[in-house]
Amino acid sequence: MPEIGPHLLGIDGLTRGQVDFVLETAEQFVEVSERNVKKVPTLRGKTVINLFLEPSTRTRSSFEIAGKRLSADVINVSGSSSSTTKGETLVDTAMNLHSMRPDIVVIRHPAAGAPHLIAKHLKNAAVVNAGDGLHEHPSQALLDALSIKQRLGRLEGLTMTIVGDSLRARVARSNILLHRLYGNKIRLVAPPTLAVREFEELGVEVFHEMGPALKGADVVMSLRMKHEYLKDFFVPNLDEYSRRFIVSEPVLKQYCPDCIVLAPGPIIRGTEITSEVADGPRSLIMKQVTNGVAVRMAVLFLLCVGRGAHWEDVDVAAAKEQAAA
Amino acid sequence: MTKGNGKKLICGGRVIDAQRNYDDLMDVLIEDDRIIGVDKPGAFTGVDGAEKVQAKGCLVVPGLIDVHVHLRDPGQEWKETIETGTAAAAAGGFTAVCCMPNTHPANDSASVTRYILQRAQAVGSCRVLPIGAITMNREGKALAPMLELREEGCIAFSDDGVGVANAQIMRRALEYSLMLDTVLAVHEEDPSLCEGGSMNESAMSVKMGLRGIPEAAENVMIARDIELARLTRARVHFCHVSTARGALLIKRAKEDGIPVTAEIMPHHFAADESEVKGFNTQAKMMPPLRKREDSEALLEALRAGVIDCIASDHAPHESDSKAVEFEKASFGTMGLQTTLPISLEQVREGKISLKRAIEALTVAPAKCFGITPNTLAAGQLADLVIIDPERKMKFTEKMIKSKSKNSMFLGRELQGLAVKTFVGGRQVFDIAAIEC
Repeated sequence: MPEIGPHLLGIDGLTRGQVDFVLETAEQFVEVSERNVKKVPTLRGKTVINLFLEPSTRTRSSFEIAGKRLSADVINVSGSSSSTTKGETLVDTAMNLHSMRPDIVVIRHPAAGAPHLIAKHLKNAAVVNAGDGLHEHPSQALLDALSIKQRLGRLEGLTMTIVGDSLRARVARSNILLHRLYGNKIRLVAPPTLAVREFEELGVEVFHEMGPALKGADVVMSLRMKHEYLKDFFVPNLDEYSRRFIVSEPVLKQYCPDCIVLAPGPIIRGTEITSEVADGPRSLIMKQVTNGVAVRMAVLFLLCVGRGAHWEDVDVAAAKEQAAA
Repeated sequence: MTKGNGKKLICGGRVIDAQRNYDDLMDVLIEDDRIIGVDKPGAFTGVDGAEKVQAKGCLVVPGLIDVHVHLRDPGQEWKETIETGTAAAAAGGFTAVCCMPNTHPANDSASVTRYILQRAQAVGSCRVLPIGAITMNREGKALAPMLELREEGCIAFSDDGVGVANAQIMRRALEYSLMLDTVLAVHEEDPSLCEGGSMNESAMSVKMGLRGIPEAAENVMIARDIELARLTRARVHFCHVSTARGALLIKRAKEDGIPVTAEIMPHHFAADESEVKGFNTQAKMMPPLRKREDSEALLEALRAGVIDCIASDHAPHESDSKAVEFEKASFGTMGLQTTLPISLEQVREGKISLKRAIEALTVAPAKCFGITPNTLAAGQLADLVIIDPERKMKFTEKMIKSKSKNSMFLGRELQGLAVKTFVGGRQVFDIAAIEC
């Protein structure tokens, strides 16, 4: 079985086997969150620091819950409370946290490559990228993949259409890299200011019309239009954007009647996706959030105690016994 | 420069002087700050008292000139000083450097120019030729006193570090420069197209999630300034050309007889954007490293003379400013000690001739900036360098003479090094000083 680590900095650099391994591990952890007592002692005595230097609700609480359900001690450090606002460098912040001997540092940062920078300086802790600028968000792509796999029963032979602002979406980049590993067809659809030609060199098809982009798609992913759209002149206004690019039931019914729909959230109803789709039977949006906890449990587990661990070790019951012994 | 250095006989070297079209085994005799003569090996008589400098197996060439250097002094002396920067220059074979005006305060007043010249006189290892600002504080809003700066000793003008965004100011500066017998060295970057950018815009920047700096940001400004040079008939020198398309525009401008010249940096012809992989901040510079096609086309443009000269864009930065998030890191790499060996690497690979490489580091930059070129002939200033084309050294921090250590070429094996540098007959560098 493949090993993961020492860090999880991106989907870039992972093999298909490693992704399968994380997803299989995550599947084992799904059950923990369904229990009455949602806790296993697997990471007892381990310390996880959530260093979130950019606003986040979903991802931060998901990592926190994942750590706590594995009995790790989880500490949250946010942007406004951290020394970075006092002029400390990222490396110094990381080194200070590192001196407290955490086992894992989960980092969300507005600059691409920030987790890579601190990973160079942390000798004994694993770094998990929870979103770095516009670059990557690997745990999101993994939880998306788990959600797709659960619903469709497979991760290969798929056509995935990503609608919206992929240029400024780390989620899009990580998903592209992950689905390229499985040989899936990936399409982007957005105005040409956002679905830029350079994506084609990454093995992606680029569209500016919904019909051809959605035709025959198995998976549709709706991305949020970032607020800075106006400042950077990407689109004239959001109403005009929605006019062509909103994910709605009629358009899905016409071009890909059997597709499932994902959205990393937050979703802006009525702008990028209609409530009919977001709340309808195609939508995996809430399932993604639930799976997020399982995937992050798997990531924390594999990086923490699982360095060199084998698949069998991940058996929850065995882990429990092991901890009890 | 100091006098009374006595006689020196540089013996047995291969003398290459693009200005005089020499390429032969010759002895060079120096007395005090001047060259007495150049003659066949052993031909000089009455030189028993002269100090013999053995140059067998080496090249003896006129002192190299770097027309694009940041000495950071005054104002950012923790990055570099005139003393350390010129020591690095001497170690790289340069006998003269032109320093960019992006100091603090900017070189937009006579007092700053005088400070630089006096400081260089006092502590410099090589000649320093200041470049004045085009606009006050390099803000692109009001012209700097170019006449006064010229009279104080500025040889050219530039707002390097930023482009002159306003075309009207650029036009006026060019027109004004016509009475000053000078050149405007322009940093071509349309700021509105680069905002937030930290690397070349390409599939790689898209993949890395870094905002890109498109080629067009440079090309549109080159195109604009070609037209303004045509309109005003003033001389424009394009700094650090990084795009194939930019070189093409310059080629056409030259064919049209428009008075433009251009320089290229070793990192732009010897490296490409792939160096940025892994968020390597040492490879972050402005203009950014471009694609392989660009570096190949630029080297060809250098070979063909479309791009006139090689310069370093020596940009020292303290290591702290590079040990941060890529988007936050300072732009630039040092180059004074790597420009010569990286250029000679292209010669060994057969991309350009030795003669052309030497020309692009000596006569050509002098011509671009209207400086009298160094030349190895009787009566000329003894500014020259002995280069060992075979000498190899792994480039380590220990070898660096600059105050900063940021070089994208650290760890690389350099071949073709300056072994001795003379400025006005005074030896200012010996390779023994950096050998471990």
